[in-house]
Amino acid sequence: MTQRNRTQEGGRIDREAPVSFTFDGKRYQGFAGDTLASALLANDVHLVGRSFKYHRPRGIVTAGSEEPNALVGVARSQARHLSGEATPNLRATQVEIHDGLAAESQNRWPSLSFDIGAVNDKLSPLFVAGFYYKTFMWPKSFWNKVYEPFIRSAAGLGRAPKKPDTDTYANTYAHCDVLVAGSGPAGLAAALAAARSGARVILADEQAEFGGSLLHERGAEIDGKPASDWLAGALAELGDNPRVTLLPRTTVFGYFNHNFLALAERVTDHLAKPDPERPRERMWQVRAKQVVIASGAIERPLVFPENDRPGVMMAEAGRIYANRYGVLPGKRIAVATACDSAWRAAFDIAEAGGAIAVIADLRADPPADLVARAAALGVRVERGCAVTGVIGKTRVKRVLLGRISDAGVLSAGEVDVDCLLMSGGWTPNVSLHSQARGKLDWQADKGAFLPGDPVQAQGSAGSCRGVDGLAEVLADGARAGVAAATAVGHEGDTPEFAATGGEAGDGWWLGAVPHDRDAARVRAFVDFQNDVTAKDVKLAVREGMQSIEHIKRYTTTGMATDQGRLSNMNALSIASGALGNEIPQVGLTTFRQPYTPVTFGTLATTSRGDLFDPVRKTPIHDWAAKQGAAFEDVALWKRAWYFPKGGEDMHDAVARECRTVRESVGLFDATTLGKIEIVGPDAAEFLNRIYTNPWTKLGVGKLRYGLMLNEAGFIMDDGVVGRLAEDRFHVTTTTGGAPRVLAHMEDYLQTEWSDLDVWLTSTTEQWAVIAVQGPKAREAIAPLVDDIDLSGDAFPHMSVREGHVMGGIPCRLFRMSFTGEAGYEINVPPSRARAIWEAVWANVEKLGGCAYGTETMHVLRAEKGYIIVGQETDGTVTPDDVGMTWAIGKKKPDFVGKRSLARPDLVAEGRKQMVGLLTKDGKTLLEEGAQVTVERSPARGTSALGHVTSSYRSPAAGRPIALAMIAGGRARIGETLHVPMPDGGIAVEVVRPVFVDPEGTRLNV
Amino acid sequence: MLLIHCPWCGIERPEIEFRCGGEAHIDRPGQPGDLDDRQWADFLYMRSNPKGLLAERWRHVHGCGRFFNAVRHTVSDSFVCVYKTGEPCPDLEALAREGAQ
Repeated sequence: MTQRNRTQEGGRIDREAPVSFTFDGKRYQGFAGDTLASALLANDVHLVGRSFKYHRPRGIVTAGSEEPNALVGVARSQARHLSGEATPNLRATQVEIHDGLAAESQNRWPSLSFDIGAVNDKLSPLFVAGFYYKTFMWPKSFWNKVYEPFIRSAAGLGRAPKKPDTDTYANTYAHCDVLVAGSGPAGLAAALAAARSGARVILADEQAEFGGSLLHERGAEIDGKPASDWLAGALAELGDNPRVTLLPRTTVFGYFNHNFLALAERVTDHLAKPDPERPRERMWQVRAKQVVIASGAIERPLVFPENDRPGVMMAEAGRIYANRYGVLPGKRIAVATACDSAWRAAFDIAEAGGAIAVIADLRADPPADLVARAAALGVRVERGCAVTGVIGKTRVKRVLLGRISDAGVLSAGEVDVDCLLMSGGWTPNVSLHSQARGKLDWQADKGAFLPGDPVQAQGSAGSCRGVDGLAEVLADGARAGVAAATAVGHEGDTPEFAATGGEAGDGWWLGAVPHDRDAARVRAFVDFQNDVTAKDVKLAVREGMQSIEHIKRYTTTGMATDQGRLSNMNALSIASGALGNEIPQVGLTTFRQPYTPVTFGTLATTSRGDLFDPVRKTPIHDWAAKQGAAFEDVALWKRAWYFPKGGEDMHDAVARECRTVRESVGLFDATTLGKIEIVGPDAAEFLNRIYTNPWTKLGVGKLRYGLMLNEAGFIMDDGVVGRLAEDRFHVTTTTGGAPRVLAHMEDYLQTEWSDLDVWLTSTTEQWAVIAVQGPKAREAIAPLVDDIDLSGDAFPHMSVREGHVMGGIPCRLFRMSFTGEAGYEINVPPSRARAIWEAVWANVEKLGGCAYGTETMHVLRAEKGYIIVGQETDGTVTPDDVGMTWAIGKKKPDFVGKRSLARPDLVAEGRKQMVGLLTKDGKTLLEEGAQVTVERSPARGTSALGHVTSSYRSPAAGRPIALAMIAGGRARIGETLHVPMPDGGIAVEVVRPVFVDPEGTRLNV
Repeated sequence: MLLIHCPWCGIERPEIEFRCGGEAHIDRPGQPGDLDDRQWADFLYMRSNPKGLLAERWRHVHGCGRFFNAVRHTVSDSFVCVYKTGEPCPDLEALAREGAQ
């Protein structure tokens, strides 16, 4: 297999290690050390993708992570590719090839060279800036059936994988004195300087090899050595230093508050057969005392007609492919530039064997030494000359030249080439500085935004802050490294490096290049990935967009995966020209995290599947699972929902469980309830202040239902509180509310009532709770209780005793009910809970009882009209709204929320009040959340009186029952209201919210 | 993610160990019943919400569990100082002047 564009020698690839890979199913060969882009170019493949909007053929433009066109789907092997496990939208310029790698182009059908979607290019007048807003407006009926499906099918470039990700991802945390982002000469000098002073250093670079521009500098020398030799020595020094962590293939993608940085390390994607024990990628979360940003500068494209043809490439990218990868970007190459550095690219490529057909410099007087050297190489030079067009659909065939004169642009003929290198100068890469909230300063003489004063403990070094020349960049890096180390207490000398070469030189160009073509017919692209042209930007301005933020969103310029690092400055310059406003006044869009796209796997790391969220299980869980219980999630808990028997559905099981509890006895796992132990001489006073109820006179051994408000007067939690001693209370909370309630209590105790001597302890996991409810509850537990008199007189409803069960197991026995039946809650140590549960279960079974789940618990409590906080209440409900003024201690001077209960809006007439609803037909089950109105079919726009909060089939009532919050509800008892539904209104009678045993006689058996 | 110094523990810890409790130094009235509706609404809902330095309540909820106060700049998110609950609020204007210099 031939690599027809490979040079005879040179580069950092390993010519002894051929690598075989496929692109769109065709097999190619490259060498170890190649990226997918360099290997494709070696095989003379320039056409690698279709553009987003117009489906125009596109080629490789850059050699870095800012690549806009060469986005490909990549799989480790053909098998994984075929099974739909390819990762979409990877930049071919960053993908390292390995044997078996399978890559495919995107956004084309049926094939890359023949793409049906390319009709969009012919229809381009329809797809001007803001076409979404203009095209998809009317008729309204088109939205669901036409526009949305069209937008959905056209959106995005790659195809998302269809299957769950089979790879693993890791997560690690790190601290360091100095984090250096970028390992070019500035970053290396900073890392060396900081490390030599004794600082702990992390050096991260998104590329596979450290070195940045040193990897492709030909002829540059540092300390008398070729740059690549010096680089090897520097890396050896850093590698030998135990205080230095080197992270290649690691992108610093997020710079967050207080020098917290997120890094994505690609660990195994570059390997053909990775160790399965190793993760695919690793997320680093680093807290750095100081950060040195050495992210370099990015070469800017020139905006001329047809500048997006495959074969048009950044000049520096051409130099990188030639020098670092031993690949010529073409056989016969034209160079369009406004900058000295592109001349050096031309010279390097010429030395590597490429033919430079012409260098067209927009400047009238490029430096004489460059012109002289071009002449010596026999290269044609055109001064004051622009490329005005490119012929060749899927590959550059010819370029048009135009001479810039006072009379405008005059045609200067055509040149046959197969590659065009362009350079509009350099844009300092200020993304991370901007992410760190640092402002930017406009430097008119350089045509660039440079980092302003940093906001965080951070500095920039090298060409990302406009420094040019290898010696200057090294010195700047050393300065920044020493400054960072000194700031964290590591004094050190500033290392000095003698260097020559590596200048970018002078010259730059911003905005569209002038041409002699028909402006209405040609397109010059500003943003390749999003297909935004110079015309689009001007149109956006004509249509009223004034801020660059608006222009960005209207045209989508700068919204590609490089966040506009390639396109922003040209777009900004064109916009500022159209607006007649200076560039700093038009502004630059803010760079945000992530720097480049990050895989979902890396962001999720191990938080997926079973590890996504903790699961809390009670000691009874396995027993319930064995009994075939269905479970529901309540907060993080798994709770037994119902226990179906012999083919029962949920409805049948719940009905049976409800009947059994009311007729004999039921066993219920209430372990998940929150529990808080409140202890101290002022415990009762603390409860007086935090709950609505009075607590001072509650006797030892008594229980009381407690209602908790927030300061605004709304119900936030409830639960039963038992007094175990004068200074000790056992408080229960709702299952989901436990942490919130404890935090609420701690807040008041610590910050408002430091006069109180009280201690709060979460005891949720110290007690498992076995609830035994029903007329035979006492029979079920009596044989197991060692030392508590269970008789009704000695242990009445709403009492608590401490004692023992099953021969000495300590317990707190509550006599209480959430079902309306007599019942007990046995609080026992979790380690013994299963044994006790099974012993109680044996008795319950003998008595004809059953185990029941949360659904039955809900039905039983609704039959009694007991509220559930969060179901009947929604954060705007007061005690009076749910008929619970009885729970308010009238004589207490103050409690949390008391003052608010007198607010005008909380005492106003017409508030929603809890009532019961019975459907008139006695059969229909209402939907929870359904609205309640006066009329059967209310006119459009009629306000509802309220809504249904709970609705169940009640075996005890023999019909469906519901609870509802209805405006002025208590005064409407006896009235008929309606619940409008799509198939007609349902007539309901408003009743008191108690459906079973309104006198509560069953509680006291 | 913010890095916050807990004055009780004497250490810096990441933000996920803490909960912010809103503006500090808003004392709950000793006799809420003595306040008219407007005064009570002011206590419940009105906050200074400055662009600049703000004294806030924080709780080291996944550490020592204790509340403390911190002066944070609402634009830069930088913490100027932290102090224990019960200690007086520092002179925010003076701190702002120092910060500006």
